[in-house]
Amino acid sequence: MIRNVSAGRGMWMFPILRRLGNLLLGCVHYLGGLAVFGVGSLGMMFTRPVYLVETIKQMHSIGVRSLPLVGLAGISTGAVLCMQTIDILGQFGAGQYVAAVVGLSVVKELSPVITALLVAGRSGSGISAELGSMIVTRQVDALKVLAVNPQRYLAATRIAACVLVLPLLTAMADILGITGGLVVAVTQGGINYSTYYYKTLDYIAITDVAPGLIKAAVFGLIIGTVACNEGFNARGGTEGVGRSTTAAVVLASLLILLSDVYMTRLLLAIFPD
Amino acid sequence: MNAITEYQGTVIEIRDVWKTLDGKEVLRGINLSVGAGETMVIMGRSGSGKSVLLQCIIGLMIPDSGTITVDGMEVTSFETEREWKALRLKVGFLFQGGALFDSLTVAENISFPILQHTASGEKRALKCAMELLRLVDLEGEDRKYPSELSGGMQKRVSLARTLALGPSIVLFDEPTAGLDPVTSDSISQLIKNLNQQGGNSSLVVTHDIRSAFHIADRMAMLEDGKVLMAGTPDEFRATHLEQIQLFLYG
Repeated sequence: MIRNVSAGRGMWMFPILRRLGNLLLGCVHYLGGLAVFGVGSLGMMFTRPVYLVETIKQMHSIGVRSLPLVGLAGISTGAVLCMQTIDILGQFGAGQYVAAVVGLSVVKELSPVITALLVAGRSGSGISAELGSMIVTRQVDALKVLAVNPQRYLAATRIAACVLVLPLLTAMADILGITGGLVVAVTQGGINYSTYYYKTLDYIAITDVAPGLIKAAVFGLIIGTVACNEGFNARGGTEGVGRSTTAAVVLASLLILLSDVYMTRLLLAIFPD
Repeated sequence: MNAITEYQGTVIEIRDVWKTLDGKEVLRGINLSVGAGETMVIMGRSGSGKSVLLQCIIGLMIPDSGTITVDGMEVTSFETEREWKALRLKVGFLFQGGALFDSLTVAENISFPILQHTASGEKRALKCAMELLRLVDLEGEDRKYPSELSGGMQKRVSLARTLALGPSIVLFDEPTAGLDPVTSDSISQLIKNLNQQGGNSSLVVTHDIRSAFHIADRMAMLEDGKVLMAGTPDEFRATHLEQIQLFLYG
């Protein structure tokens, strides 16, 4: 009787543990598959045949068409950050240092992450939907029977485009973010234009900008790999394409935010302040 | 044991091929061969494994067991991308739905394989595409996108793309499915011309009895993943097998 009670006491935990175990196994399985797909696609970027024209087309689609969105986000981020900090710094008589605060925050953290999240939403979803549609309409099979490797032609080119374009977009967001801060500082904070300009140059070194651009390239790799992997795994018609598109955006955003933590730690070790 | 039909100068040989999908045995020991310059038509009810067999030949699916040999290459032992590429440059595949690239125009769709696998420049590839469009009777449609074409036109563009690299063997998956009888006849005639003028070997999967008898040198009937009968169109007409009579005449 006592044995029965003690045996039954922990029974309620088994379904929970089983579900947690399955969830963990699912995560490991997914990330393993993603890594294999990403590494395979990366390898294809450096072996022949290399589809340069297709890569440039994708750079245009992912990069040039994201310019207005990323540009606007860059300006507003710098402007809002300046508005939020200029008064506080002014209370301590350090209003002119707003240039350093805005500049360092933008180039080190805000631009890479915001740009990556916007591109994941805009282009990551587009890539996943496009490849998913190609799967369900058998266009990917058509590539195979035409002796063209779909991973090489569709995925490697898109991943390469993301890796190349994200640092460029981030650099643009950096410049526009600083410009947004400058406009607010000059018009609302009464700070002299040249003071803001020289403070920015004084406090921002290449070792502050480079980590942000390195992060951006890694975020590009994450966006491209997740979006292509989700697109290629779309099943179940148009509904499946919708599911893969949503999953691409959610997973890419999640991995960007998680990897940001680890990369910041790593890059701080490589580029100490 | 299923019927094994021997043919002089065999280009496709399928031996004891088994394939299971989602726990269901779709192919159950298929034995079949296609001779050089021959048009073999495979018929059978929906779900009898016809399309799966075609996909196993071109490598879109891998059989669980058995061997498939195409033009002297044992497909079932392929391991590298290079081996598949060598096969796919020799074998064309026409998809049931056409599977045209919807972001490319008709001319770009047809010139795509030429640009990928030959040293031809864009101008020369486009010229080849125009010639192929003339062959499938679609001159003047080169700048349209697939979404602007009817089902029959899409099939013909897809056929032109399939022929772009001059394959010696062509696999057709339901080439006339969903088409009106007139368009269906024109596609059947194109396949027949291809076989007679180009000397190609063809393996055609179809439900279309009229088309099947029009183009076939030999026919095979699949049922429950096995070859029920293989023979000439005349042998099919003369057979007393109930399943075949039912399939042919309703």
